[in-house]
Amino acid sequence: MSIADTAVPFADPYRLGTRAPNLARGHGGGGPATKRVIVGYGFWLFLLSDIVVFSCLFAAYAVLADATAGGPRARDIFEPNRVALETACLLASSFFCGLATIAVARRDQILTQAALAITGLFGLAFLLLEASEFAALHAHGDGPTRSAFLTGFFTLVGCHGLHVTAGLLWLGTMMAQFFAKGFRPDIGRRFLCFSMFWHFLDIIWVAIFSLVYLVGTRL
Amino acid sequence: MKSRDSWRTWVWRVTAQCACALLLTTSATQADSILAPVGPVGAGDRIIFFDALVIMLAIVIPTMVATLAFAWWYRASNTRAVYRPDFTYSGRIELVTWSIPTLVIFFLGGVIWIGSHRLDPFQPLPSKAKPLEIEAISFDWKWLFIYPEQQIASVNRLVIPVGRPLHLRITSASVFNAFFVPRLGSMIYAMNGMVSQLNLEADKPGTYLGLSAQFSGDGFPDMKFDSVAIPAQQFASWTTGVKGAPLDRAAVSALLKQSRAVAPYTYRGIDASLFDAIASRRLGPGEGPVSGRGGPGTQNVLPHGDAP
Amino acid sequence: MLGKLSWDAIPFDQPIPLIAAAVVMAILLGILGWIIAKGWAPYLWKEWITSVDHKHIGIMYVLLGLVMLLRGFIDAIMMRSQQALAFHAQGYLPPEHYDQIFSAHGTIMILFGAMPLVIGIMNFVVPLQLGSRDVAFPTLNSVSFWLTATGALLVNVSLVVGEFSRVGWLPYPPLSELRYSPGVGVDYYLWSVQISGIGTLLTGINFVTTILKIRAPGMTYLRMPMFCWTALASCLLIIAAFPVLTASLAMLTLDRYLGFHFFTNEAGGNAMMFVNLIWAWGHPEVYILVLPAFGIYSEVISTFSGKPLFGYRSMVAATLFICIVSFCVWLHHFFTMGAGGDVNAVFGIATSIIAVGTGVKMYNWLFTMYGGRIRFAAPMLWSIGFMTTFITGGMTGVLLAVPPADFLLHNSLFLVAHFHHVIVGGVIFAVMAALVYWWPKAFGFRLHEGWGKAAFWFALAGFYVTFVPLYVVGILGMTRRLQHYDVSQWRPWILVSGFGVLILIGGAICQAIQLVVSISRRAELRDFTGDPWDGRTLEWATPSPPPAFNFPVLPQVQGAEAYWDVKRRAREAHLLGKEPEYEAIEMPRNSPTGFVCAFFATLIGFALIWHIWWLMIVGLIGAYVTFVVFAWRDVPEYIIPADEVARIERANRAVRQEALASAAAT
Repeated sequence: MSIADTAVPFADPYRLGTRAPNLARGHGGGGPATKRVIVGYGFWLFLLSDIVVFSCLFAAYAVLADATAGGPRARDIFEPNRVALETACLLASSFFCGLATIAVARRDQILTQAALAITGLFGLAFLLLEASEFAALHAHGDGPTRSAFLTGFFTLVGCHGLHVTAGLLWLGTMMAQFFAKGFRPDIGRRFLCFSMFWHFLDIIWVAIFSLVYLVGTRL
Repeated sequence: MKSRDSWRTWVWRVTAQCACALLLTTSATQADSILAPVGPVGAGDRIIFFDALVIMLAIVIPTMVATLAFAWWYRASNTRAVYRPDFTYSGRIELVTWSIPTLVIFFLGGVIWIGSHRLDPFQPLPSKAKPLEIEAISFDWKWLFIYPEQQIASVNRLVIPVGRPLHLRITSASVFNAFFVPRLGSMIYAMNGMVSQLNLEADKPGTYLGLSAQFSGDGFPDMKFDSVAIPAQQFASWTTGVKGAPLDRAAVSALLKQSRAVAPYTYRGIDASLFDAIASRRLGPGEGPVSGRGGPGTQNVLPHGDAP
Repeated sequence: MLGKLSWDAIPFDQPIPLIAAAVVMAILLGILGWIIAKGWAPYLWKEWITSVDHKHIGIMYVLLGLVMLLRGFIDAIMMRSQQALAFHAQGYLPPEHYDQIFSAHGTIMILFGAMPLVIGIMNFVVPLQLGSRDVAFPTLNSVSFWLTATGALLVNVSLVVGEFSRVGWLPYPPLSELRYSPGVGVDYYLWSVQISGIGTLLTGINFVTTILKIRAPGMTYLRMPMFCWTALASCLLIIAAFPVLTASLAMLTLDRYLGFHFFTNEAGGNAMMFVNLIWAWGHPEVYILVLPAFGIYSEVISTFSGKPLFGYRSMVAATLFICIVSFCVWLHHFFTMGAGGDVNAVFGIATSIIAVGTGVKMYNWLFTMYGGRIRFAAPMLWSIGFMTTFITGGMTGVLLAVPPADFLLHNSLFLVAHFHHVIVGGVIFAVMAALVYWWPKAFGFRLHEGWGKAAFWFALAGFYVTFVPLYVVGILGMTRRLQHYDVSQWRPWILVSGFGVLILIGGAICQAIQLVVSISRRAELRDFTGDPWDGRTLEWATPSPPPAFNFPVLPQVQGAEAYWDVKRRAREAHLLGKEPEYEAIEMPRNSPTGFVCAFFATLIGFALIWHIWWLMIVGLIGAYVTFVVFAWRDVPEYIIPADEVARIERANRAVRQEALASAAAT
């Protein structure tokens, strides 16, 4: 991929974001890094900032966890089985996203589309499970307006769900791009960002799973 | 206490000599100045203020002078100044540039540590007399002071005995405010759902300005109160002479409505559970305005001086 | 259909904002009409609005910042005059209006005045100093700018449609909750800050990537100019701090829109959590502004002293030290919460430790001047003014970090005087220095020296006359945000402060005259050399104004002062270096993506403020379509042929050869 990235019939070795692959990556004095490094690096920074957003929501949840205002406590409402199933869906989705990465590296259109489609379906299943959990709570009168604890819970988990939704939209767009434009370097870089995003959502979910659901069932 | 006093006069002398003498002395001689405290807390705060100021001026003034001196001496037109374009590093100077501020902060850190602990507002004052309990509640936009032991309460007027420590428990029935009588010393926030504490003492009789130091909405500028310090006997006769309706839940629900520039008045007979009910949010919160611009109706403007 | 929006939203009862808005609208329409009449609209669209060139974006940022600075300054004039009048009286501004003015003043000055100015200067200077063609993500850069402009637009719309926030520049709950602020003011605040905050976050990401990944060959970390280091530190702070702002404002938004209970007085909400969160952003924000300012002073003092920066490595260390410690001090904004002696002491000491880093910087600037040959051009005057001003401003800041002193001075006008002392004396002075210093690089002609110096002296005098009385009146117990008062001891100081504002107005007028005079006399002020100040960093190697590609061939950096070394060799040899072989250059194409995004962001923001849900959905779909269209483009770059590159650079070399020859002749 990185070879295709730099194999441009062009003489200026220092044009924005392009370097011969044998030179440095941007640190030290080797000149500008490759476009792939730049894009990946920038997106990493974005993910870091997103982690900060989530850490604020985690902090808020932790502060408000005991403020139930006479409403239900964590252990009254969490359903471990459903959460386990959600986790399985999300991890499976990430596995297929990994397969898609391999398929993209092999320039295999059919395999890419198939892997991405399965990735999306598992993501959708996760979302539906989460939505059913929220709907059940809401129907029971335990919506986010019930207490500060539920406010923190719905916001934290809901923000992750919103990220997954945005990810699905991105995934669909990504599939359309691969289909319409093929395996162009810029689309490859975009896919690199997408896969980082999708795995990042796993990491956040693992934190939610442990700090909200696992700890919560003991509270 | 003697060494403390001489320390204080030393601080005064050094400060008077410093560049901001004008600023400080003019402010200190005027009424309501935090530099003219009338109680031990304000005096303690002031000592810390001057300690920190003097420690920092010891480094700030020479640096300012050096800046102007260097800039003037090394002006391009000065042929006597030696041009040293390669003087870009000196280990010794670097050592000094890092160590001077660090040493200053060491001193200052000590002042901060000791000051924060000695003058923690929650800490009771050393005194033989039993502190007078006062419960202060901020409403939109007036202060209610409850004297639980005396079974009286006062709106927008705080009457206190001279020479006896006060123990205030402070909360808010609506938004944030800060209880502050500048000449008595430390302020502290009034927060809904929380109780903060403040220990103060007045040493001199007089009427001192009290205010809210945290913006709380449109009626904020009138959220001020007279803090009247009177001798103990006078205070005792005041408490027995206070008249007014009883402070019950009906009275509180009137207070929960917004009102501005409320003239002081008093209550006699207190529902003892009121403060805790408000602090634990079982009573209240304050109602807020009826509507705002872009809300369901038009803008809500309250008439002035309407006592609840 | 229109949500909460109705004729009631227009403040017909308040003539001041209506007239102000009418005047502004007339001026804007006039300018727009003039541009169209002159036939400049296509140029404006092609070269500026859709530009992804970091230099153009930087200039637009600075323009936005200056306009908003003026707006914030008008707010300040109204506040000072109101307090001068409102002694035992109501003045001319009722609380409902006065409260909007100080809220708008703070919000605008920090987020829409100072931030765009600092980011704009970073935009213009950093890629040039790094020896780079552009930033890492040029189109994203344009999106950042236009999102910031969207926020500024929404703040100004609030002047006539509805109201602005009345709860201060930080919307402390529960006052900012729906119960106590049912109007749309807080919503205007939330959405304008949220939208521009996203723009700022993207800028942070963009510049950290740029600085760490696309420097010229040979420019190792410890050869980067000081301004780049401070920009890096500032952008790292943006990445770490702005998400906190996003999250805390989002929580408040959920409270207000969907009845959540993060910070409410009901159902267990915790308002102090907001105060903690917002200051976990708010304090680093101060350093986001002031660190690049420190970088500007470093460049200016070094250049005008004719010396490299003294103790460069120490300066880098101090910058990163400040960057990190700034995250450990937020609690000093609310010692009066009553957190207890231990907590207060730890945060007080952490705060004063930051002064170590600042002190080190101060001494290094001092020793940069030592042994120098100082030219007192306007940028240097601003810098010396800063050094003497900032040190006392910093001192009063450390005073406020001492908890017992803060118990007396918290929220007083002493505090107000302190932060104006550091932000005006630190950031605004730096911006003014930078404006004069880099103006010739941006436009090819210098600013008028005399008017610039007049502006400096007015500003310096006005600054002291305005803010020293506020220290005094703060010591006299006067708290901030008072719409009226009746303590007679305060009055004289408030009047003196009001007089100081008049001097500051004089400074602003001088600054405006300086711009007008310089533009009209640009022929005689033209900078042919591209290096008007005898500079030391790479931006001065380019012609003024620099071509779109900045550098025909990326410079090979061989020392700590990239351009100074080249210049010294050339001076010794009386000859420029060998002419390189010019190649064609690929540059990113301009794109309307940023502008279109901002259009939809404005729709979304306005719709959310007024609860016009269909419009919000339209905006969201529009934004998504914009992204897809951008992603679908096939030709992201255009090519500048080698001949064109050679032509531009040969002219630059000829001028410099001539300068060398004339220097050799004398």
